[in-house]
Amino acid sequence: MNKCNVLVMLTKYVAPVALSMAGFLCAPASAGAQKATEDQLAGKLVITGASTLAPLIAEIGKRFESLYPGVRIDVQSGGSSRGVADARQGLADIGMVSRAMKEDERDLSAFPVARDGVCPILHRENPVQALTDEQVVAIYTGKITNWKAVGGTDAPITVVNKADGRSTLEVFLHYFKLKNVDVKAQVVIGDNKQGVKTVAGNRNAIGYVSIGTAEYDAAHGVPIKLLPIGGVAASTESVQKGIFPLSRSLHLVTRSAPSGLAKAFIEYTQSKAVHDLIKQQYFVPLAD
Amino acid sequence: MIAGAIVLLIVVFLVMEALPALRHVGIARFFTDPSWHPAEGLYDLTPMLWGTLFAMVGSVLIATPLGILSAVFCRYYAPPAVARTYRKLIELLAGIPSVVYGFWGLVVLVPLIGAIHPPGPSLLAGVAILTIMILPTIALMADSSLTNVPQQYVRGAAALGLSRWATIRGVVFPAAKSGLFTGVILETGRAIGETMAILMVCGNVVQTPHSLFDPIRTLTANIALEMAYAVGDHRAALFVSGLVLMAMIAALVGAADWISRGRIYG
Repeated sequence: MNKCNVLVMLTKYVAPVALSMAGFLCAPASAGAQKATEDQLAGKLVITGASTLAPLIAEIGKRFESLYPGVRIDVQSGGSSRGVADARQGLADIGMVSRAMKEDERDLSAFPVARDGVCPILHRENPVQALTDEQVVAIYTGKITNWKAVGGTDAPITVVNKADGRSTLEVFLHYFKLKNVDVKAQVVIGDNKQGVKTVAGNRNAIGYVSIGTAEYDAAHGVPIKLLPIGGVAASTESVQKGIFPLSRSLHLVTRSAPSGLAKAFIEYTQSKAVHDLIKQQYFVPLAD
Repeated sequence: MIAGAIVLLIVVFLVMEALPALRHVGIARFFTDPSWHPAEGLYDLTPMLWGTLFAMVGSVLIATPLGILSAVFCRYYAPPAVARTYRKLIELLAGIPSVVYGFWGLVVLVPLIGAIHPPGPSLLAGVAILTIMILPTIALMADSSLTNVPQQYVRGAAALGLSRWATIRGVVFPAAKSGLFTGVILETGRAIGETMAILMVCGNVVQTPHSLFDPIRTLTANIALEMAYAVGDHRAALFVSGLVLMAMIAALVGAADWISRGRIYG
């Protein structure tokens, strides 16, 4: 009997909330649709590649579809190498690559769409102001286990690492030339928000997250601070300028110079109209 | 019928998705590899199996006596008004979404444990959160099975001059045995399957815990953590974790069936 009551309550109260949320989510899309221009594009675009980029491109694709109702955009993730291979073989119209283009990939046309930066974060009350690259490596490999060794208080370091497969992990390991096998972590987390919460709740923790997330949270009262890398302050600005070392650009690639629908979509992805979506995914829009 | 078909379909789906990993990696390596680093081709599931087992056993061991005693208190000792309020509270506890428990654990419990013995996120935090989460399941099941004990038994015991506790121990518990047992099975199932709260408080480091303060990762947390970005064999390996979980649940149900056939209904 009591379970029935709970069910009734659920349908009574949860349904309207869900509905209003759905309406809220739809709102930006319909606003964008009004701007649709006359030259209607139609057809289907297949985009495959980096899982880092896939959620962003899928969101941009949705907005693009609402602008041009005749267009279908199919986004599949599978890693940057799949993006390159599919674009080369023509299996996909556009490939997604979440790193700088390699020498042997010059045959493809590459278009940067956004930048992704990662920075170490500490609890705001941790007296340590900066760490050298060697110190970060020593902390993450378990050679330094106490904050005292790097000028902090006498307390054990809680190392926060990311789960396998996350793009922030790749960027981090790549820059510090670490292997995930060598990392000695006390906590492993999934997404950026969980990382921020973990560090905010533990004043002896060190973690790393996307700069976009960290900057937003630090500005909104979460007790964390962003550490500079190699003397460069961690901010979306330095990522945008391309001077922050722990960052990379995210690319769309095509086999030949794009035309028609693919060209329109790539131009739309590079336009200001999607900067809000890029920020939503904690990436940094390119400088104008 | 439909429910049965769906379960079968899910198992078939799991096996199909896990097959590439089983073929490329082989079943043995999921238990003999030195570590779990799927990006580097190492797929050891045993630490997570232990993590899941320890968290489950710990929480079930604590929650079962607490839950049954709470039901006994509610049914036989508390004044009706207190009992009613108490029962409502337990029902409320059962309805709280697991992510809320997880969040509470992350901001309250983990720093507390961290103050006693760093780092904080640990097997202990997981056991504590799980205990709170499964307590209502066993408490409510025990309560309803105590309610179903025929009144004549209790009156008969009273007529024989047995004390209240002697009645409960000697008459009520044996009569309510099957219901209590079902409660234990249900709470164990929930303890194995819980993901979100565990993910937030356990630290998720893949290792076999040596103490209560070591961080652990459970099989469920492993899937939730890595699914979003897993590709190829890594993805298939996560489906293998899913299969192992299914096997654990199946073993649990099988064991329950076996025990109940022999001792409770027979």
